[in-house]
Amino acid sequence: MPDPILETHRLRKEFGGLLANADVDFTVPRGAIVSLIGPNGAGKTTFFNQLTGVYKPTAGDVWFDGERMTGKPPHAFTQRGIGRTFQNIRLFQNMTALENVLVGMHVRLKGNLFEAIARTPRVRHEERDARARARELLAYCGLARKDAVIGRNLSYGDQRRLEVARALATDPKLLLLDEPTAGMNPQETAEFTTFVGRLREEKNLSILLIEHDMRVVMGVSDRVTVLDYGEKIAEGTPEAIQKDERVIEAYLGTGAVHA
Amino acid sequence: MHLRVSEGWWAALGAAGMSHERWRALPRTARRAVTTGVWLAILLVLIAFFGVWKTTALALAAVVALLVVPVWTRLPYGKFVVPLAALGLAVAYPYYFGSMPQVPIFGPFPQVSTMVVMMIFTMMALGLNFVVGYAGLLDLGYVAFYAMGAYMAGWFASSQFAHQKLDFGAVGLYEGWSGFHISLWLVLLMAGIATAIVGVLIGLPTLRLRGDYLAIVTLGFGEIMPQIARNGDSLFGTGFNLTNGTNGITPIDGPGFGNWAEQHLHLPANYLNAANFDSLYLWTAIVLVLITVFCSLRLRDSRLGRAWIAIREDETAAAAMGIPLMRTKTWAYATGAFFGGVAGAYYASYKSGAFPDDFFFNISVFILCMVILGGVGNIWGVIFGACFLAYLDREGLANVGAWFSDHLHRQIDVPKYEFGIFGAILVITMLFRPEGLIPSQRRAAEFHEGVHDEPLYDAETAGA
Repeated sequence: MPDPILETHRLRKEFGGLLANADVDFTVPRGAIVSLIGPNGAGKTTFFNQLTGVYKPTAGDVWFDGERMTGKPPHAFTQRGIGRTFQNIRLFQNMTALENVLVGMHVRLKGNLFEAIARTPRVRHEERDARARARELLAYCGLARKDAVIGRNLSYGDQRRLEVARALATDPKLLLLDEPTAGMNPQETAEFTTFVGRLREEKNLSILLIEHDMRVVMGVSDRVTVLDYGEKIAEGTPEAIQKDERVIEAYLGTGAVHA
Repeated sequence: MHLRVSEGWWAALGAAGMSHERWRALPRTARRAVTTGVWLAILLVLIAFFGVWKTTALALAAVVALLVVPVWTRLPYGKFVVPLAALGLAVAYPYYFGSMPQVPIFGPFPQVSTMVVMMIFTMMALGLNFVVGYAGLLDLGYVAFYAMGAYMAGWFASSQFAHQKLDFGAVGLYEGWSGFHISLWLVLLMAGIATAIVGVLIGLPTLRLRGDYLAIVTLGFGEIMPQIARNGDSLFGTGFNLTNGTNGITPIDGPGFGNWAEQHLHLPANYLNAANFDSLYLWTAIVLVLITVFCSLRLRDSRLGRAWIAIREDETAAAAMGIPLMRTKTWAYATGAFFGGVAGAYYASYKSGAFPDDFFFNISVFILCMVILGGVGNIWGVIFGACFLAYLDREGLANVGAWFSDHLHRQIDVPKYEFGIFGAILVITMLFRPEGLIPSQRRAAEFHEGVHDEPLYDAETAGA
């Protein structure tokens, strides 16, 4: 495969005796939308957390954009260009939408303590540009004129959108979305699916999606990877995955295949 | 309870023809004028009948009314009016405090020397506010930074190291001096920097911890520093006298601008020789507080300040947004330590000594109380909390005790119950107004709605 943006080699995570991920080889090609699916408890989020540095793998390696990232702290992953959202929304609830996005820009800004106290012209420009860009990002994600609203006061859908805006503010090359449509109604879900497609085109991103909603997965993905009991059981195009016996078995039970 | 009291009021007012709706319909300024007027009238009556009346009480009431009633923030540059007026009142304090009336129970207005201590504690509380208020790290060992600053002044502005002889811009040297004598202005800066370095050293191993664990470890460091001071008269048994043990280091030089500046610029050559010694220390302390406030405001609205608040709100999300946790927390710690160190050195100079008994755990709690009472994270709240508690500590409680003794004809040693009283104040604050008297809006929301900051991590990855 030519030049993948993200690769894992035999990534393994154990929690005590529990094997959460068993030697998973996984690839996200540059510019692709890849979905990670699997039944509840299949180890998707654990896998995700290793791709963002929140967990350290027990064994195996994570490579991002040609660099070995294994064992680095979360902010290093963000620095290199992995942006993420959370399954259960984790906004800074008492900060405004604009401030949330500005925090996302942290790694792309330079002003330090002394410059902030002296408020040098460089910092002043940087802050002004950052605010302008944050407003643009908010508008891009459908949050125009909501920049002064406190995180907790946003509607559920808007909070999801703000999480994406905040992740985009880190200027990522790869965007990881952890169940972004959870709790959305069908119309919102459809809108969001279109939005994800647009993101790839307009922001030049690769996207990795954890998702339960098969309409989203099948509609938007180039490739789908299926995890079950921590193991990768299938990988391929959405069409191939829909026909794969092991996948049907994992989702519907053994009887479904042989019936 | 609050509601029931106000309902009673409205019932009484309703009988007098003033309904809730009519009150609401009045212009805002009018409503503020009435409320302020009622409170000031009550205060003046109390002063007249139970305190010691002086006509200046009317001037005081007029100034307060002028500052409180108009909605200054609506005017251009209006947000500067109240802070500047407060600054002016503080600077002019030595000239008018003697002619102020005596308030019932609390007695006369504080002495200038008390004001100096209030300002020094304000600076320390603002320093702690960086750590507790902005970054949300509970630090129970802040006294360690105060001690470090004080001993820096002890080492570099006294005769402690008698075998050395170094003069660098110091004032007030006498015949046959020895030791390091560096200009106290420079010592303040050195103390700040050295304390910030200590802050980083303490922070590196401890800031990986969260919440309660961090509090316990900082508590430990807060105990270690005074013990080093107490036992530092023969460091590690080598006979090297670092801290002069329980006797402390005294005297410590005062600040001053030297003879040239006195003759040409009318600046005091040496504070310790000046007739208005306390006033000079007060004005300098006010300048130090202003610098601290300035840095607090600038940092609050900066990239670093946002990162601190983000960490306070949700550490995991902050890390996922690319904020290096360890480095950012350490900056908060170092910044807080810097101001604690400067305040400590200045206090040591004012008291002309650094004594290990000054650095007990209760000082850490005392400063933390100031931050909590005033309003965690809000600069104006912290200033108020610091001034009020420092005043109670130095003068207020003694006055209250004297008042009770006079009126109840029974000796009550109120200052003896000091920490009981502070504890009660803290409990009452936490019960009725957990966000503090003058909270930051964000903090008020956090206290009422909560933050979600459950760890999601392997402990080992929390570092940076």
